[in-house]
Amino acid sequence: MTEEIIIAGFGGQGVLSMGKILAYSGVMQDKEVSWMPSYGPEMRGGTANVSVIISDERISSPIINQFDTAIILNQQSLDKFESSVKPGGLLIYDPNGITHEPTRKDISIYKIAATAKAQEMGISKVFNMVVLGGFLKLKPIVEPKYIHEGLEHSLPQRHWNLIPQNEEAIEIGKGLIEPVQVL
Amino acid sequence: MAKELKLMKGNEAIARAMIASGTDGYFGYPITPQSEVMETLMAEKPWETTGMTVLQAESEMASINMVYGGAATGKKVATSSSSPGISLMQEGLTYLAGAEIPCLVVNVMRGGPGLGTIQPSQSDYFQSVKGGGHGDYQLYTLAPASVQEMYDFVFDAWDIAFKYRNPVLILSDGAIGQCMEKLYTRDYVPRWTEEERRKNAPWGTWGKPANRPHNIITSLELESSRQEVFNLKLQAKYAEMKEKEVRYEMLNCEDADYIFVAYGSSSRIAMKAMQMAREKGIKVGLFRLITLFPFPTKQLAEVAKHVKGILCVEMSAGQMIEDVKLATACGVKTEHFGRFGGIIPTPTEVLEALENKIIK
Repeated sequence: MTEEIIIAGFGGQGVLSMGKILAYSGVMQDKEVSWMPSYGPEMRGGTANVSVIISDERISSPIINQFDTAIILNQQSLDKFESSVKPGGLLIYDPNGITHEPTRKDISIYKIAATAKAQEMGISKVFNMVVLGGFLKLKPIVEPKYIHEGLEHSLPQRHWNLIPQNEEAIEIGKGLIEPVQVL
Repeated sequence: MAKELKLMKGNEAIARAMIASGTDGYFGYPITPQSEVMETLMAEKPWETTGMTVLQAESEMASINMVYGGAATGKKVATSSSSPGISLMQEGLTYLAGAEIPCLVVNVMRGGPGLGTIQPSQSDYFQSVKGGGHGDYQLYTLAPASVQEMYDFVFDAWDIAFKYRNPVLILSDGAIGQCMEKLYTRDYVPRWTEEERRKNAPWGTWGKPANRPHNIITSLELESSRQEVFNLKLQAKYAEMKEKEVRYEMLNCEDADYIFVAYGSSSRIAMKAMQMAREKGIKVGLFRLITLFPFPTKQLAEVAKHVKGILCVEMSAGQMIEDVKLATACGVKTEHFGRFGGIIPTPTEVLEALENKIIK
């Protein structure tokens, strides 16, 4: 199993930390992982993205340009990465702020209205975990108990009291994700 | 601290390895994309645990000269920076090499020339292995290609530095520095005691016992005949490194029709391109340089005898390719592929370059 993922959105949406929690969960489940962020000028206000690879084998390049899954959280990222999803791959997007819907016909597309749901429930801080939940529903590559361990390792101990809220958000995400186009 | 499995950035791995390998001191100045080295050291506060000194100097020139002063006493002293900062350190580096001072310098390369960009690049190959500073000297140069190697090579660096009384350079880049991967940490190596330091660095300026003359640390010798003898001694040392300390990795080279030659993050991208090529039925291998100096000349020459072409992959305009061509005496078609200015080539691009520049 090798899953190559891009997570992309605005800075501040928790893109990098979502990737880190996913990667750390993979480590806990004894997978090979890599987490390669954009750290350039775009991070200093604007878009942020991170490539995460989770695999049973030694990972060759942490730098990749084609993805099994793209998790897209704004229009710029959709424009940039829709074409980078491998044929037969998966695209997940949050419809918030999306003006041009994805058009690819050779990939599966799902949407998750995580921004709206998180605002409605007053849990904006764990918005990224709602999205992660949606992804894990479709691709359960990491088991829930390892997600728990991943959260423990990714969050400083003083924030461990927030872990249940994060896990709840993941569950909400699993129920929220809906198909747009299934291959 | 016992062995642990962690997820961390390459830069953080460098810092943690410094603490764990018994490093006595670190002097540095912040610069993207290596700032996490000092950030991690400051957060870990090793002065409270191992007694390691960590100091932010006022500049890179100050850092390297603090390294010179500290390392002259036989202590394990390190610095790190990124390309423009390493340029500022070149005077200090040639003095350190000329005074035969073991030390560790880490360069997390970014794009140049000048201040360039903060994104990854590998355009400091010439600076690292062809001088940089003046005079006939070499830095033992290690090129890590993973977070684990960022960590492990710090331990290796101290062995080589003290064995040969020579500065060691870890030449990394922004991609490996910023990337997070799995890391197995090692048991702590305690810092040397006074006694161990005197034994391991008998040449150091740690005080003068009555039974020997002064230890003098200098790179100045006005008498040419003595300076030539010293130069010959340095060259003999470098020759011994070439004989004994070459490191490289070969993947799928046995049956390869074509090989990539690469180091650091480019070698990871080339590995992916190699897998993609094999899926298409093209027999491609990867020759990964681990030491850039000493260069694995003989080993590469041997592999080159059996291949139809070599693609050098480096995030530069083509620097390493010169040593590849020297090693193979230009006996096989050899081309360079790279991107500049902080653009990281994709595996697809590397494979296309192989098909267009070598196979066609």
